Amino acid sequence: MELLSKAPEGPLAEKWDKHKFNVKLVNPANKRKYDVIVVGTGLAGAAAAASLAELGYNVKAFTYHDSPRRAHSIAAQGGINAAKNYQNDGDSVFRLFYDTIKGGDYRAREANVYRLAQVSVNIIDQCVAQGVPFAREYGGLLANRSFGGAQVSRTFYARGQTGQQLLLGAYSALSRQVAYGKVKLYTRSELLDVVVVDGQARGIVTRNLVTGEVQTHASHAVVLATGGYGNVFYLSTNAMYCNATAAWRAHKKGAYFANPCFTQIHPTCIPVSGDYQSKLTLMSESLRNDGRVWVPKTVELAERVRKGEVKPQDIGEDDRDYFLERKYPAFGNLVPRDVASRNAKQMCDEKRGVGASGLAVYLDFADVIKRTSAEAVSQKYGNLFEMYEKITDEDPYKQPMRIYPAVHYTMGGLWVDYNLQTTVPGLYATGECNFSDHGANRLGASALMQGLADGYFVIPSTIGDYLAATPPKPVTTDHPAFAEAKAGVQARTEQLLSINGNKTPDEFHKALGHIMWEYCGMARNAEGLKYAKAEIQKIKKEFWTNVKVVGSNDEMNQALEKASRVADFIELGELMVDDALNRNESCGGHFREEYQTPEGEALRDDEHYAYVAAWEYMGENQPERLNKEELTFENVKLTQRSYK
Amino acid sequence: MAGSNPNAKPMNLTLRVWRQPNRQTEGRIVDYKVKDISPEMSFLEMLDVLNEDLLHQGQDPVAFDHDCREGICGSCDLFINGRSHGPEKGTTTCQLHMRKFKDGDTITIEPWRANSFPVNKDLSVDRSAFDRIIQAGGYVSVNTGGAPDGNEIPIPKDIADRAFEAATCIGCGACVAACKNASAMLFVSAKVSQLALLPQGQVERATRVENMVAQMDIEGFGACTNIGSCAAECPVGISLENIAILNREFLTAKAASNNLA
Repeated sequence: MELLSKAPEGPLAEKWDKHKFNVKLVNPANKRKYDVIVVGTGLAGAAAAASLAELGYNVKAFTYHDSPRRAHSIAAQGGINAAKNYQNDGDSVFRLFYDTIKGGDYRAREANVYRLAQVSVNIIDQCVAQGVPFAREYGGLLANRSFGGAQVSRTFYARGQTGQQLLLGAYSALSRQVAYGKVKLYTRSELLDVVVVDGQARGIVTRNLVTGEVQTHASHAVVLATGGYGNVFYLSTNAMYCNATAAWRAHKKGAYFANPCFTQIHPTCIPVSGDYQSKLTLMSESLRNDGRVWVPKTVELAERVRKGEVKPQDIGEDDRDYFLERKYPAFGNLVPRDVASRNAKQMCDEKRGVGASGLAVYLDFADVIKRTSAEAVSQKYGNLFEMYEKITDEDPYKQPMRIYPAVHYTMGGLWVDYNLQTTVPGLYATGECNFSDHGANRLGASALMQGLADGYFVIPSTIGDYLAATPPKPVTTDHPAFAEAKAGVQARTEQLLSINGNKTPDEFHKALGHIMWEYCGMARNAEGLKYAKAEIQKIKKEFWTNVKVVGSNDEMNQALEKASRVADFIELGELMVDDALNRNESCGGHFREEYQTPEGEALRDDEHYAYVAAWEYMGENQPERLNKEELTFENVKLTQRSYK
Repeated sequence: MAGSNPNAKPMNLTLRVWRQPNRQTEGRIVDYKVKDISPEMSFLEMLDVLNEDLLHQGQDPVAFDHDCREGICGSCDLFINGRSHGPEKGTTTCQLHMRKFKDGDTITIEPWRANSFPVNKDLSVDRSAFDRIIQAGGYVSVNTGGAPDGNEIPIPKDIADRAFEAATCIGCGACVAACKNASAMLFVSAKVSQLALLPQGQVERATRVENMVAQMDIEGFGACTNIGSCAAECPVGISLENIAILNREFLTAKAASNNLA
C-alpha cells in the first residue's frame, strides 16, 4: 500500500489553514448522530474526548485506570513548549518548528511539525482559561524557562508538576462533558482488540478489570490515545501499567507501526539501586538549566568515589570533568537528550562513573545555590529535590545528585497521516502512541505540547473529514466481526490461564527488558541486534509454554493483565530490533555503533534513510513487511546536528 | 551514601494483609512472611516480592492499586499500620521506602476504609465518587478554542502560587481514610479553593461550590468536625486552610442562592 501523508501542498505556514478549509465538515445537527470511541484519558485522550464532545459528537472514553486523572501524562515534570515569544528572545513559530525538526534529527514530517508549533500558542491560552496554575512573574504574567535543544526560553511550567496540572485541566474539561452526558466514561476497562468491519474501524473489545467481563463497543470512529511503549524495556520512567497492547492489537488489525526503534533515553534519571527495582524515576530535564553535569577527571579518583572513600563535594574543580560544557560549549548542559545520554554512558564506559555501581554521573547544584540561594532553588525544583531524597536518602542541596540515562519516551508508534489517521480507515492515533512529530529524538517539553495539540486542536478538525463521508446511521455490535473479535480475546485469555507454567509474567518481562536494554538501547550494532532477535524469539516460545498465571478471568486478576501485556511487549520488542537492524545509520535516539563520526556523534545517511519505516503485520510468526514514507524537506536544510 | 549503600542489611518482616476476593465477599487479615527485604526498596517493591512468591506457590497475589510510583498519579492507597500511606509524613505509599522499617517488624496493610470507597478486591478500592464530585462542578466551563491570550489574564504571583498549592491534590483519598468521619472535605476544598482564587473561576464560583458539596453528600462522605487528620496525613500537604475557604465559599453561595434545598 502506498503511504500517503496527505500533507497539504503549498507554503509551510499556510498548510494547516488550507487543510482545515479543505476538509469536509459535519454539520452541527448531524454531529450528534456520530459515536466516537476514545481510548486512553491522558493529555491526548482527555483533550480529544472533551473537545469532540463539545463539538457535539457522542463520545465513549475508556481508561484502564480507576479514574481518568491517573494517566501517566500526570507525571510529566518540566513543562510545555509554546512559541509565544513572551520573553522577547527571538522565538517564533518557525523557530520552534526548526528546533523540533533539527532536534528530531530530520526524521519527522515537516508539515506536521509546523502545525504543532502553530497550535502550541493556542494550547497555552486554552489551559490558562481552564484555570491551570502556570508559574507567573511578579507582574502577574506567565513565566518561562529554557529546555534542552533550544536557545530561547519558551517552556511554560507549573513548578515540577506541569503534566499534573495540564492533565487535571483536560480531566476537568472531560468531567464537564461527562456531567453533560456527552461523554460516557468507562474506567478500569482495557482495550484488548480493535474491531474492523469491511476495512473500517468500527469498535473495540474491552475487558472490565474488576469483573473480568469482556465487552464490545461500536462506533463510527476509534481514536487511540494510549501512550508509548517504553515499558518494553521493563525498567523505564513510564508508569507500571503503561503498555503497548492497544497499539499492538491495532497493528495486528492493519495499522502500520512506524519507526519502532526510535526510543528516547532520558539522561537524568535516578540510577538503579537493586535487582528488585520496579521502575525508574526521572529528574526533570529542567534541572539541567541550573545543574552542572560532571564526573571525576581520572579513573583512579572515580574508583575512590565509588568505594565511598571520597565525597563528591570534596573534589576540587581541577579534578572534575564537566564533560558536556567541555564538549559542547554553545549548548553546554542543555544539549538534547540523546546527546546528553550517550555522553553519560561514554563516561561510565570509560570507568569514570560514580555511585556504587559506577553507572551514574553527577548533576551538581552547588554553583546555583551559591549564586542564588537554596530557597530560590527550592522554588524552582523543590518537589524534585524532595522526591530525590525520598528515593535515595541523599540531600541534593548538600551533595550532587547521581543520575543515569533511562528509557523515557518512544518517538515511534502507529503510523498516521496528516489527519492522524492510521492505515485503517476510521482508526486514529494521537499523542505518544502515534509516531508523527518528534522524528528520531524528542525535545524536552514537547510531549505535553504534542499530546494536547493532537487532542484539543488537530483531531477535532480532521476527524470530520472521515465522518462526513460515513453515513450517520446508528452503529451496533451486531456484525459478526464483533463476536469474532470477542471470541479471540476470550480464547487468548483462556490460553494464558491454562499454561500454568513456572515463570511469572514479571520474570519474562525482566528477561525481555534486559535484552532490549543491552542490545537495542542507548547503542546498537548489527551483531547485537541479530543476537537479540534470536533471544526474543526464545523468550516468546518459552512464554507461551511456561508462563504462570493463577485465578480466573472472572475476577480482578492483575497477573493475568500483566501476562497479556507482556505477550504483546515481546512481539513488539522483536519488531523494534528488526527496525533498528534495518536502519543502517545513526539518528537521534537510534545510535548504531557502526555509523558515527570520528568525534562519536550520530552519523545520518540521508540519501538512503530519510524515510519513515512503516511496518505491516503479515500474520503470526511471519516477517513484517517494510513500507516507506519518503520524507521531503522543503523548508530546512539537512545538516549534521551540531550543538558545539 | 545510603542511597547506593551495598551493605544495607536485608530485613525479614511479617505482613498482615487484608484479603477480600470481591465486594460481595467478606474479607479478613492474612499473615505472610517476607524475607531479605532491602531497606532501599520501596514499600510497593516489597509487595512485589510478596506477590512473586505467592504466584510461584500458585496462590492469588495481593491486588493493590499503583501506577506511576513517583507519588503523583494518586493510584496507590494503602493504609499501613493504621495510617494513610504509612508512617512517613508527606509521602505516598509508593514513595515510602523500607528503610523506614526495621528487621522483625510486623506491618498491617489495609485498604482505605470508607463506605464511599467500596473494596474491589484485597487492597483496591473504588474511588469513582471523587470523579463524580469533580463532574458536579470542578471545572471552568470553557470549550476548546476561542480562549483569550494567556497573558490577557494577569494573576498576582501569590494568588497563582496559592491556587497551585491547592491544585496539587492527587486525588488519592488519604484524607478520607484518615478521617474518623470519612469526610471528603479536604479533597473538595482543594478544587473549590483553586478555582475560587483564580479569576477564571469567578463566573461559576457560587454554583460550583454548591454543586460539589451536594454531590459530596450524595456520595455519603461524612461531615467535617475540624480534627485535621486529613491535612496531617495528606501526602502532598494540602492545607486545612482550604476547608476554611470552602466553608466560606459555601456560606456565601448559599446566602445568595436560589437553590433552597
